[in-house]
Amino acid sequence: MLLEVNEVTRTFGGVNALDGISLAVEKGGVHGLIGPNGAGKTTLINVLSGIIAPSSGRVFFDGSPVHAMPAHRLAARGVARTFQNVRLFPAMTCLENVIAGQHLVAPRPFLPILFCLPSARREEAGYGQEAMACLRRVGLADRVHVPAKALSYGERRRLEIARALASRPRLLLLDEPVAGMRQKGVRQVGSLIQSLAAEGMTILLIEHNMSFVMGLCSTITVLNFGRTLITGSPDEVSRCPEVIEAYLGVSEHHA
Amino acid sequence: MALLAQQLVNGLFIGSVYGLFAVGYTLVFGVLDILNLAHAAVFTLGGLIALWLVGTGGLSIWTAFPAAVLCCGVLGLILDRIAFAPLRQRTDSNFSGLISSIAMAIIFESAALGLFGARTVRFPAHTVTVHIWRWAGIFITSLQVEIVGIAILLMVALTQFLNRARAGKAIRAVAENDRTARLLGIHVDGIIAFTFFISSALGGAAGILFGLYFNSLSPDMGHSIELKGLAVIILGGMGSIPGAILGGLAFGLSEVLTVAITGTSNLRDAVAFTVLFTVLILRPSGLLGRKKMREA
Amino acid sequence: MAALNQFFAIYGSLVNFIGINALLALSLYLTLSAGQLSLGNAAFAGIGGYTAGILTMKCGVPFLVSVAAGSLLAGVVGLVLGLPVLRLRGVFLAIATLAFGEVVRIVVLNLDITGGAQGLVGIPNITTTWGIYLALAVSGYAIARLRYSRVGWCFESIREDETAAETMGINTTYYKTLAFTLGAVLAGFTGALYAHLNYIITPGEFGFSVALDLLIYNIVGGIRVWYGPVLGAALLTALPEILRGTGLTAGPIRMAINGLILLLVILFLPNGLASLFERGGRGKPTAFGAAVSEEA
Repeated sequence: MLLEVNEVTRTFGGVNALDGISLAVEKGGVHGLIGPNGAGKTTLINVLSGIIAPSSGRVFFDGSPVHAMPAHRLAARGVARTFQNVRLFPAMTCLENVIAGQHLVAPRPFLPILFCLPSARREEAGYGQEAMACLRRVGLADRVHVPAKALSYGERRRLEIARALASRPRLLLLDEPVAGMRQKGVRQVGSLIQSLAAEGMTILLIEHNMSFVMGLCSTITVLNFGRTLITGSPDEVSRCPEVIEAYLGVSEHHA
Repeated sequence: MALLAQQLVNGLFIGSVYGLFAVGYTLVFGVLDILNLAHAAVFTLGGLIALWLVGTGGLSIWTAFPAAVLCCGVLGLILDRIAFAPLRQRTDSNFSGLISSIAMAIIFESAALGLFGARTVRFPAHTVTVHIWRWAGIFITSLQVEIVGIAILLMVALTQFLNRARAGKAIRAVAENDRTARLLGIHVDGIIAFTFFISSALGGAAGILFGLYFNSLSPDMGHSIELKGLAVIILGGMGSIPGAILGGLAFGLSEVLTVAITGTSNLRDAVAFTVLFTVLILRPSGLLGRKKMREA
Repeated sequence: MAALNQFFAIYGSLVNFIGINALLALSLYLTLSAGQLSLGNAAFAGIGGYTAGILTMKCGVPFLVSVAAGSLLAGVVGLVLGLPVLRLRGVFLAIATLAFGEVVRIVVLNLDITGGAQGLVGIPNITTTWGIYLALAVSGYAIARLRYSRVGWCFESIREDETAAETMGINTTYYKTLAFTLGAVLAGFTGALYAHLNYIITPGEFGFSVALDLLIYNIVGGIRVWYGPVLGAALLTALPEILRGTGLTAGPIRMAINGLILLLVILFLPNGLASLFERGGRGKPTAFGAAVSEEA
């Protein structure tokens, strides 16, 4: 198990956004996280990426406890994420956004750069190529020098994934990666995720697009009111009556 | 004992003027999340305009006061139109608004300098008739009473307006969430302009009262109150009107008491700023404020 | 050569001031480049200046050692101040640093060792124009190169979106404190240089209006690139001289023009004058000017 969540609770001013969540994510798979709006999905991702701490409960990443770690330490362990409302660096170009994402893997020491040493040049060229590779991976190779604020919505979501990939993460947390995208973009991201998983990357993704989730994920966890309803294969989840009730509010018998 | 009581009276008095000034400051911050650093310049212009109306225009102070206050309100509208409204769409609008308010402050101060000269000026001798009363060993002048009375009247009027009047409630709505306010049919840009009108009018009123009391006006008289006004709204809580009023009174009292205790006015401001600094570090939302002060 | 000497005879002082202001503007730029709006750099310059001045003048310490000591002390104070203060967002950070600056100024004003209001008089005149500009060239170059190091990328990321930067592994507290402290060191260094320029320094030279000036240099020049603040400082310091040439010598008019420039820049050229020189549209190529290959 790459990621283990144990009875995590998170309270905001008396409201339990997360109420005793437990789940486990296997290495190298695509794990889906679905549920109605307000179920606590983004809050869970925020806890998993270290932006907020759980009120109680524990999280283990690769066996080590990480629930008390701030975001930057979690990132250093190999957890990368994208955001529901896309947090890019708007003034930077696509390439620069990805380069900024290389913080953990590219030391870029000051002194060699100060003296314009050839070693610094060579290293920078290497990092540049790596950044280009990330951009190519998400299909943004033709938008290298375009400022992020000038990108289309779908391109921005893809750029965020490229930036997340730049840190060579082991776990990728995607918060609604295809929300509001058109069919072509959805397919693009879908095959991207599949190829990443094939290479051994572990992915946990939140999405509302059911066909996307069902087609891509090997395991799905369903949340509602901050609690896990069920964790299982797409088949099991789509047939579970509580899941249907959570989404439609009406149980199958009364149809 | 009488000395202490006298200090308290003085402190409350200057505190009510600080409160009146701070209320305008905090009103704009509450609505726009922007610090309007031109507020002190409007304060100065208010005093100078009133002086001009009385001195050169020959008006009585009771006419000049509302006239000058009205002019300051208009200055507020100008501020909004030129310096804030055009920047509303930008993502960094708090920061760029701050900068453009600094620019307008410089422009306003240069106008004050150009129109009224650099010298310190005084209100003509019989602008206000002053009676001095003595009560339980404390001296109070009628001027002080009038000034406190007007300041409190204005602050109470504002509070009532915000709570009861339709436009006042609209202002509070926009302060809470301007997008929702727009959806509710509130004309947000108009409300914001109106807020600037009120804020600057009050700031100008504070300037006139300040000038009347110390009977000394100059184009840079805003400088002394500028930083104090900031301290007051931080203390009272950014965006909170009652906080600004209480903060103003508390600040006035602490100022006067510091001088009384240390025997010198040198460190008075240092104490004030240290208090401000401590409040920011320990409880940035101030005494009564609600806004988020730290990073997400 | 004679022409150069003549130029210096007339404009030497101005040239020195441009250099000093450019260095101070750069010190603020360092902090701004990480998204932190600090108004304390004038105070840090004061700390550096007074420390170095006192050491040279009263303790006979060699110039370079005094300057180093001044810079170091300013840096230490910056570090200690930064830890609590950098948790505050935007305008609150600005106010806290402003309050800090005022406290420093008032303390300096009231101490005997600093000469009080009269200032520190009789500091040996050691700083030369070449020294200032050498420092400026080295600082400018170092800051320009810093942009392409990991530290530089961290600063930019934090400035653009602090939360996102955290999730990329950037310890934002560390880097914000680093930016703040580096700015303090450079400001202290410049203050120390300045102290040895004209035999005397006074508390007023390190106060609120100077802090505001530094911000204005940065905004007018542009904070996207290292030469922006230098440009802003040069232009605005030389402006009075330039205006004198056109016959506009009146104080209010010069002030109004300063305000107008700031207003026009923030409204129409938000990335400052330096943005007029940047390559249009395409964004910067990577570190060494070599554009990365775009082949698929």
